[in-house]
Amino acid sequence: MVALALQGVGASYGKTSVLADVTLAELRSGTVTAVIGPNAAGKSTLFKRIAGLIKGPGLVELSDTARGPQAICYMPQDTGANAVLTVYESVLLSAKQGSSWRVSDAELTQIDGLLKALRIDNLAFRGLGELSGGQRQLVSLAQALVRRPEVLLMDEPTSALDLHRQIEVLGLVGDLAKRDGMIVMIAIHELNHALRYCENTIVIAHGKMAASGATASVITTEMLRNIYRIDARVETCSRGTPFVVVDGPV
Amino acid sequence: MTGRDQYRARAFRRLVILALLSLALCVSIACDMALGPANYALRQVLSAIYDPAGAEAQLHVVIWDIRMPIALMAVLVGASLSVAGAEMQTILANPLASPFTLGISAAAAFGAALGLVGGIALFPGAVAYMVPVNAFIMAMAAALFIHLASTMRGVSVETIVLLGIALVFSFNAALSLLEYLASEQALAAVVFWTMGSFAKATWAKVAMILALLVLVVPWLMKDAWALTALRLGDDKAASMGVNVRTLRLRVMMLVSLLTAIPVSVVGTIGFVGLVGPHIARMIVGEDQRFFLPASAISGALLLSGTSVLSKTLVPGLILPIGIITALIGVPFFFVLIFGSRRRAW
Repeated sequence: MVALALQGVGASYGKTSVLADVTLAELRSGTVTAVIGPNAAGKSTLFKRIAGLIKGPGLVELSDTARGPQAICYMPQDTGANAVLTVYESVLLSAKQGSSWRVSDAELTQIDGLLKALRIDNLAFRGLGELSGGQRQLVSLAQALVRRPEVLLMDEPTSALDLHRQIEVLGLVGDLAKRDGMIVMIAIHELNHALRYCENTIVIAHGKMAASGATASVITTEMLRNIYRIDARVETCSRGTPFVVVDGPV
Repeated sequence: MTGRDQYRARAFRRLVILALLSLALCVSIACDMALGPANYALRQVLSAIYDPAGAEAQLHVVIWDIRMPIALMAVLVGASLSVAGAEMQTILANPLASPFTLGISAAAAFGAALGLVGGIALFPGAVAYMVPVNAFIMAMAAALFIHLASTMRGVSVETIVLLGIALVFSFNAALSLLEYLASEQALAAVVFWTMGSFAKATWAKVAMILALLVLVVPWLMKDAWALTALRLGDDKAASMGVNVRTLRLRVMMLVSLLTAIPVSVVGTIGFVGLVGPHIARMIVGEDQRFFLPASAISGALLLSGTSVLSKTLVPGLILPIGIITALIGVPFFFVLIFGSRRRAW
């Protein structure tokens, strides 16, 4: 059961600071946390910093895992890969990093199962260049999940998916988090998805953490006004699920 | 058929393709050795290879001291340049990258011309070998420049190619200046050098390039998974645990050697470093476990085939290899591009 905490985490590109002083009490396994905020607020940078892809001040504390930083997997935004590789090869590639050339039947069977679970087994031997944006996002998810991460950082994983697939992927990720005891953090723009699928939410604005806590307590009219500069209400639907109604810009 | 079975079948098919390419290469080498101004039947040539002691003296010299080093040099240089091109395309994420298009060959030619025309040795300790040593130093300097530029923040892939083209023009202009100032004899030497030739191949040079390949290729193959991951983009490769910066630096240094040493020995041979990898990519894809050997073999086959053609196109005359690679290779490449329905990059 892995646990993740951040203490004064920051990052800078050259001399420009893009993230400063993010402190987060322990995130526990089995939970899904939304990371929200305006464009260029520092959400991707936070993920890269947690994954150790960039350096900076502060501490990323990972406990109760034997794998160390290897337990963390960052799934970047769709990079539009034009590699001449099939979907199957690209997922295998992710599974095999740092290990031998030989590919075992067990590894291939795991990939078969994963592609089936994401309902992209029909794309297995299509080239990456032939896929739509949404299909590529699903393949990216497969590439991340095949590494059996304990902490999964997903950068806008549903931005190119149709509504059905968005719901399906977020539901699946939530189930996997609970089943495998993963910590999942999702950078997401759709606040209604955050309200529905994420227990906790962190708000990043101007490279700093503006709020954090249980999602329903973070996504409020006041936060939407201050951070997103919109007039909006958080209502509760007839089934008891909260949702955001936007009235217009401030 | 499960994905697993399908994957296995495809991997097997690729191995068969590699085997067939190797077989074609062997045939090409045999043809290369059978052809030459001295007319020997293929049977005589083969017997001289299998039984060197039993061959008559002249045949022995022609086969073992002239034709075999030339034939092997074509294979080894083709493999080196093609692998170098393949990895340059991989680490720079650019289909146009090759020793020729990034200005590394042009830099080598300028270095060679400095020695041939001006008698200038860039490394004073090796005056006797100043032409290849100058070519090597300039090629390494150009490769290092390209690498340093590619690591600078904000430098895009397009910028690197533009920089390469700028290098080509700069060195070509400098070369033209040297040619303008050169004596007739030196001018002829420079022009011949820039056309590329295997005519001066010796066993020592063959051994040097072979040693280079034996040292470098396994090193690259060790990183096969990481190099393939690089094609998914830096962020994704890094998230898979690849140390992108270190990998790129290491590979750039290795491919610089793979370019600089062969070019300094045989002169400028364009095209193979660009096209060899593209042919390999079209037939086996970009899984580097297959792509890297396929690049080596297709590059070797291209140059070996070119060597055969250079002897047969004009009877009684051996044309410079650099001319043939472009003349024959470009139409062949067009056929591959337009004939293939698969995306090649």
